[in-house]
Amino acid sequence: MKTLDLATTTLRDINQALHDQAAECTEREWRITGAKGDHNLACGLDAALSIDIVGHAGYYCAGMNKKAHVVVHGNAGQGVAENMMSGSVRVKGQASQSAGATAHGGLLVIEGDAGARCGISLKGAEIVVGGSVGHMSCFMAQAGALVVCGDAGDALGDSLYETRIFVKGTVASLGADCIQKEMRPEHIEYLTDLLNRAGINEDASAFKRYGSARNLYNFKVDNVSAY
Amino acid sequence: MSDKEQKPTTGLRESATFDINTQMEIRRAAETGIYDIRGFGAKRKLPHFDDLLFLGASMSRYPLEGYREKCNTRVTLGTRFAKKPIVIETPVTIAGMSFGALSANAKEALGRGASAVGTSTTTGDGGMTPEERGQSSKLVYQYLPSRYGMNPDDLRKADAIEVVLGQGAKPGGGGMLLGQKITERVAKMRTLPVGVDQRSACRHPDWTGPDDLAIKIQELREITDWQVPIYIKVGATRTYYDVKLAVKAGADVIVVDGMQGGTAATQEVFIEHVGIPTMAAIPQAVQALQEMGMHRKVQLIVSGGIRNGADVAKCMALGADAVAIGTAALIALGCNHPKWDAEFRKLGSAAGYYDDYHEGKDPAGVTTQDPELMKRLDPVEGGRRLANYLRVLTMEAQTLARACGKNDLRNLEPEDLVALTVEAAAMARVPLAGTSWIPGQGF
Repeated sequence: MKTLDLATTTLRDINQALHDQAAECTEREWRITGAKGDHNLACGLDAALSIDIVGHAGYYCAGMNKKAHVVVHGNAGQGVAENMMSGSVRVKGQASQSAGATAHGGLLVIEGDAGARCGISLKGAEIVVGGSVGHMSCFMAQAGALVVCGDAGDALGDSLYETRIFVKGTVASLGADCIQKEMRPEHIEYLTDLLNRAGINEDASAFKRYGSARNLYNFKVDNVSAY
Repeated sequence: MSDKEQKPTTGLRESATFDINTQMEIRRAAETGIYDIRGFGAKRKLPHFDDLLFLGASMSRYPLEGYREKCNTRVTLGTRFAKKPIVIETPVTIAGMSFGALSANAKEALGRGASAVGTSTTTGDGGMTPEERGQSSKLVYQYLPSRYGMNPDDLRKADAIEVVLGQGAKPGGGGMLLGQKITERVAKMRTLPVGVDQRSACRHPDWTGPDDLAIKIQELREITDWQVPIYIKVGATRTYYDVKLAVKAGADVIVVDGMQGGTAATQEVFIEHVGIPTMAAIPQAVQALQEMGMHRKVQLIVSGGIRNGADVAKCMALGADAVAIGTAALIALGCNHPKWDAEFRKLGSAAGYYDDYHEGKDPAGVTTQDPELMKRLDPVEGGRRLANYLRVLTMEAQTLARACGKNDLRNLEPEDLVALTVEAAAMARVPLAGTSWIPGQGF
């Protein structure tokens, strides 16, 4: 394992060292220490690395991640794992707003709570939140899944496309075109597998499922009050 | 019939307020209950570059010989932070237009035409297509609120990244691509179901203000190892403040798109009633850059209604480093061409008037995803036409610059211009022709 300390190494040098692994992988296990809310840590990775970030990460930690497995041993700021393509990101603490925004693939696990707009414009990634999520989560989300083991804030799934949402606790309110749907055996099977992969010990049958009513997919003047 | 037999009348008098088009729109709205959506840009008459004139050289200025003496058109964009700035041979670039709104052939043709003259083209809301990347020697990759198709591989293939906050046709509005154009390929690139009316977000999903944007730009630079320039594009509204904030956020290049800028599909009320004219935006942007000591260090690209070399030269005289064209480029490819007039008329329009790009039935094959209509646009021939047009724009701009005694288009200056109207003088901040009066700046 190679250790890089933010107290003595610049963000640029750290990210460059990690990016260089895409061309020739010389070290798979990395540890970044001294993180005190630094922004853009470990973003743009493109190799199957295992990276531990010790401390709190700022904005866009592991943004656009491909292949790598990143663990934040602390909290993460805005847009953690934004636009992730593959691999995984785990936040041991809490995550700020827009966690997993627009992510296309991979798995984002937040062991604590996530702020507003978790999974906004999600495009295929899977997000599992051990705690609760803030308002407008999964706004305009297109594909993938959001699992909330706690509660969801207002306007969950507003203007939702095809992302699947599972919530164990309460939902403050549903957004436009988001409805509760039947939890069928195939959904329990999928969720059980996802929770297992996320390392979260929950009973899938205790969750409710939400998805798009698909009423707003094509503009109709009769729906104008919903817009 | 004699005059005595004809009943005297006052003649037909059209109301300026309720003119024929206004009456038709009221009837259309009453019939359908839905607002009008269309493409193209603002169609109303606006103060524009035609309201400005160049003061050619005479006794007090020394002109350059056309065809003989050099007049440089090369511009380098992104000199502030990028390791690899973009060098364009003509200051006329191709504005961002999406695959989805445009056919794949149209995108390819834009790339071919731009590359032939050494300038850049720009992706759009639908992501980067292989056709476009393959044919574009210099490709600017747009980073949009929707993030459709956004991925780090394409980001690293780009020659520059343009963070789009808005566009001139609809500042403050998101995009729309109606279901007719969401084919299987378009849907896959955007991760959407086929046939839905797609709404592109009007706000970015993971940042909310200029302080956040500075961090976002740093992220994009980190992902691309600080190689390529980062542009910020804004629709022209509060341009003075927007440009200052964009510089502060770390932009290498700022793109200001005036309200004459085009769109593939937006509400008519939005196109005609939001934003400010391109000519009015440029002096605001230049003032902001000059006050920050960043004019020419952060390059300024302007767009919105640029049609000929005179418009190009006037933009540059007002302080722009380059311009971008969209609608004009599509017309060069064949959009609204008279040879398709009969088919335009079947759609209730006519050649030269067609703006229902969102319906996906464009007879010219430019703004459609219909495989048969698309074939009408040969990307090689389209590219040739666009390259010719870009060459004409460049030569026209050079002609005017030489007449003003300038051996570089960027040496044109406001002092070379006068205005024909009080409005243009006030907006462009140049004197009314024949006077030394600039409205708002005293006598």
